[in-house]
This record gives sequence, C-alpha cells and structure tokens, in this order.
Amino acid sequence: MTTENYDAKLGEIWELRLYTAGQTPKSLTALANLQRICDEHLRGKYRIEVIDLMANPRLAKDHQIVAIPTLVRKLPEPLRRVIGDLSDTERALVGLELRRAT
Amino acid sequence: MQARELPKVQTGIDGLDQVTRGGLPKGRPTLICGAAGCGKTLMAMEFLVRGATQFGEPGVFITFEESPEELAANVRSLGFDIDRLVAEEKIAVDFVRIEASEIVENGAYDLEGLFLRLGFAIDSVGAKRVVLDTIESLFGGFTNEALLRSELRRLFRWLKDRGVTAVITGERGDGALTRQGLEEYVSDCVILLDHRVNEQVSTRRLRIVKYRGTSHGTNEYPFLIDEKGMSVLPLTALGLEHAASDERVSTGIPKLDAMLGGKGYYRGSSILVSGTAGTGKTSLAAQFTAAACARGERVLYLAFEESPGQLYRNMRSIGVDLESHAKKGTLRMHASRPTLLGLEAHLVLIHKMITEFDPTVVILDPISNLMSAGTSLDASAMLLRLIDVLKSRNITAFFNHLNSGGDAVETTDVGVSSLIDTWILMRHLEVNGQRNRGLYILKSRGMNHSNQTHEFLLTDRGIELRDAVGERKSTTR
Repeated sequence: MTTENYDAKLGEIWELRLYTAGQTPKSLTALANLQRICDEHLRGKYRIEVIDLMANPRLAKDHQIVAIPTLVRKLPEPLRRVIGDLSDTERALVGLELRRAT
Repeated sequence: MQARELPKVQTGIDGLDQVTRGGLPKGRPTLICGAAGCGKTLMAMEFLVRGATQFGEPGVFITFEESPEELAANVRSLGFDIDRLVAEEKIAVDFVRIEASEIVENGAYDLEGLFLRLGFAIDSVGAKRVVLDTIESLFGGFTNEALLRSELRRLFRWLKDRGVTAVITGERGDGALTRQGLEEYVSDCVILLDHRVNEQVSTRRLRIVKYRGTSHGTNEYPFLIDEKGMSVLPLTALGLEHAASDERVSTGIPKLDAMLGGKGYYRGSSILVSGTAGTGKTSLAAQFTAAACARGERVLYLAFEESPGQLYRNMRSIGVDLESHAKKGTLRMHASRPTLLGLEAHLVLIHKMITEFDPTVVILDPISNLMSAGTSLDASAMLLRLIDVLKSRNITAFFNHLNSGGDAVETTDVGVSSLIDTWILMRHLEVNGQRNRGLYILKSRGMNHSNQTHEFLLTDRGIELRDAVGERKSTTR
C-alpha cells in the first residue's frame, strides 16, 4: 500500500461526518463500509459522526447536502465529499485521499 | 371526456391568468421553458411573490444557479423585496449549490437530501407554491443519469402528493423543449417563453404548449418585463362582437362636426386621418383631444414623432392648450420612438397604459411610424389587435397616418383602412397658384357625411374650415 504521501495527515485525528436520512439500507451499508475502511487504514485516529437529517432537516440546507448518504471529511483539510454507500473501497480511499489515484 | 375543468390558482401576473383561463393547475407542476435570458426566473419569482402578497399563499424558491443574494438583486428591479418577504416568513429561499468538482461518487445514493430540504422549506412557511429553478442543474452535478431520472419522477410525484402548485424551469434544448426532457415528467402544463430579436428590436413572446384538461389560448402572446413585473398581452379573439355605440362625440371643430352628419364621430369608433407632411393631422388630433378633455374625458395621447414639450408648444400656436389638460390629469401624453421597442412590446405597453389610465379616447400620432418597428404585415396585425382592444372597451381611437410623397393618397402603407370607421383625408390643394390645405371625408360608416373637399386654415384659434372648394367663386375670372 502506498500511503506514504499521506503520512503527515495520518498523524492527525480524522474527523468524518456521515449524513443519512433515517435507517435506510444505503445508509447502513455506508456506515458499515466507512467503519471497515477506517479500522483498516486509520485505526485509533478517526472520529465518525452520523447526522440523521430526517431528525434535523435544517442541517441539510445549512451543510449543503443533496445526496444521501454523503460522507464529509472535515479534518484534515481541505474538506472532501463522497456520496454513495462506499461500496467501492478503492474509490473511497481515493476520495478520502487515503490513497492517491493511479 | 370530463367537462369539469381543473382547479387553478391565479398567478397574479398581468394577462397570464386570462391567457390560461384562470391560472396554473392547482397542486400540480407547471414547466416554464425557454432559452437563456427569456425571463423564466423572473416569471417564476413573480408567481411566487404575487402568491405570497396577493393570494395569501406562501412560497418556496429553490434556486440551483443563483445565490439568494443574486436572486434578490435581480428581482429588486421588478419591485420585489425578497428579503422582506423572507423576513416576514412568506417566502423561503434555499440555494442548492451543486459543485461537480467537489463530489466524488461511490456506490448507491439518492437525492433524499433535496427532498428533506424542500420539505423543510415548505413546512417553515406553510408553502402552497414552489419554484425549482432550474432543476436541470442536477444533471451537471451527478453522473448517474438513470438515478437522476427516477429521482425526478419521484420528486414530481412527491410535489403532487404535497399538494403544492409548483413551477419548474428548464432551459431550451436542441430540438426539444428542455435539454433534459423535463417535459416528459410534467404532464399538466407547459409554457414556452421566447425572446427574439428582429432588426435590433427584441420581442418577448409566451406560448402555452400544453395545458391538459383545460382550454387555453394557443397563440403566441407578446409580453413585457418592466419595473412592475411581467405583463402578457391577452390577445383574445374578440371577433366582431363589440357593441356599437350610438353616442356621438364632437371633433372639437364645429364645421367638421357638421360635415360628419352634424354631430361628430361615433364614440368607440376608429378614426383615421391620413395625409402628406404638413397637412394638419396633428392639429386635428389636438383639437379632438382638447375637446374631449374639456368635456372631462380622459385622453391617452401616444406621440411617436414629437416630444410632449414640442407638441404643447406647436399646438399652443394654433390656440390649443394641451398642457393644462395634462396638468389636470385628463390628458396623459406618452412620447416614445417607435424603434425603441418591438411592435408587440408597443402593443403591450399601450394595453398596460389603457388598463391603468382608463381613457375614453386614445390617439396614436402617427401610426405610419410604427412601420419602422416591424414589417408592414406585423404593423397591420398589431393595429388590428389594438383596434379590437379599443373597441371592446368602447374607446374612441384616433390614428394619424403620414403618407410619404410618392404614395397614392388613398392608401395606407399599414393597410388598416378597412378596419377604420371614419377616414379623413388631408391634402394640399393647389388653387390659383396657392397651396392650401384641404380636408375630405373619404368615408364615415353609419352616418350621412359630407362628400366635399373643404379648405381649411390653421389660425391662432384652431382649425377653421371654409366652404367646400367647388362652391367658391373664382376670383380671377
């Protein structure tokens, strides 16, 4: 695995936010996939916050969410967004910049 | 076949509710499409603002392209204060910003976030009206087209279930009404806006492409966008059903009244005065205007050649004081260059002024100048429409027509003579080495009119008609 380019970032705590709308299969899949990816690549250095927009729809406007599920990497900066259930692990790693696109 | 018409909601947009026979389908989506810059966003916004301010129906504006600040600035020119309406919780605005470059797609997703935002906005103001401007932007942000299409279908169903009257805008595509084929999702009402430029003059037009389950006008209707919003000219097919008045109105010149069966023009008739330059057409119009104003009637004077100041001065020289009538408010003078607007825009503007001012007399001086704003066919079509509008309101219409030197005097290049009830010909008469002005009534429907050419003078007390030319004795015999 070629993660050496991200060593600096890997030193920090990763703050991840997953936006869902209720307990839908897509949201549950996304959360499971995210947890698995983080455990494999960011063990002990990440925080996942799940925001259920069904419970708080105002945040969809405030945070500019259109697609569900949406994963936002808040830290390290810059902000990154990945939409979908993260079923493609390789793409998720690239999207979060845990791996460089080849 | 169902005879019952769909329930409709009024848009409040000037003329549109007449064209649609009552407004947009209630609780259903309507598609407004057209090329960039045709006025889609403004029309959608006016629908919302009028709903919130005139009909007690709050609204939601979902903008995909402009930020709320840009949107508010753009419609401020129409007199709409969006910020205030938002503060009063009559309108909610949500800017859905979709930045394709910021989005990485990975696996299955849907657009539930958009639904939640829409639902939240609707609930926050109790909205009955919703605008989505323009939903096609989604296609630029997400790559999964099949998903987008099924989500759009779900969205339109959802809007119907919520019972909101929605307006969706879409940009015109090649050979299709909208680039993404939105018309296939909106089955109830589709309105097409068009903005054409002909010989440097632009005209906006509106057409109802489809309106299921209801009758509607099928023509192209010209419309204007000005500081009070949008106004559509509802060119109703009046046909020839207007009632004819027996009332007579004085021409302002006793001798001319005498020539017209002793009483002057019919109220609500159309009068054409044609002649070459300098024959006194404007003077005749001014005297009619002054006489009507003196009776307490309201006159709308549309001047296409002279400025009000110039007209006041020139008419003062023949003893006709128009200015005092203008100050009293019985005369409204509107001077504009014909080439400033397209013919249809002129028509919309005239229609608007007639509605606002409610005159009993309308003067167009001269109509020949309108030719320069369009083709001759357009000009006569426009005059026909205008005459229809005026007749239906029992307004006496007075048109001046300038014949250029080479024309046959008994023709008008706008070809309206057959629509005219009273046609007065002004001409120069060369008698005994003098060039004098002469007036002749070519026709005047429904009255016993003079068939003689009368010489007339422009004096400082107005137009003075003399005896018929044939009756005068020659002095040089």
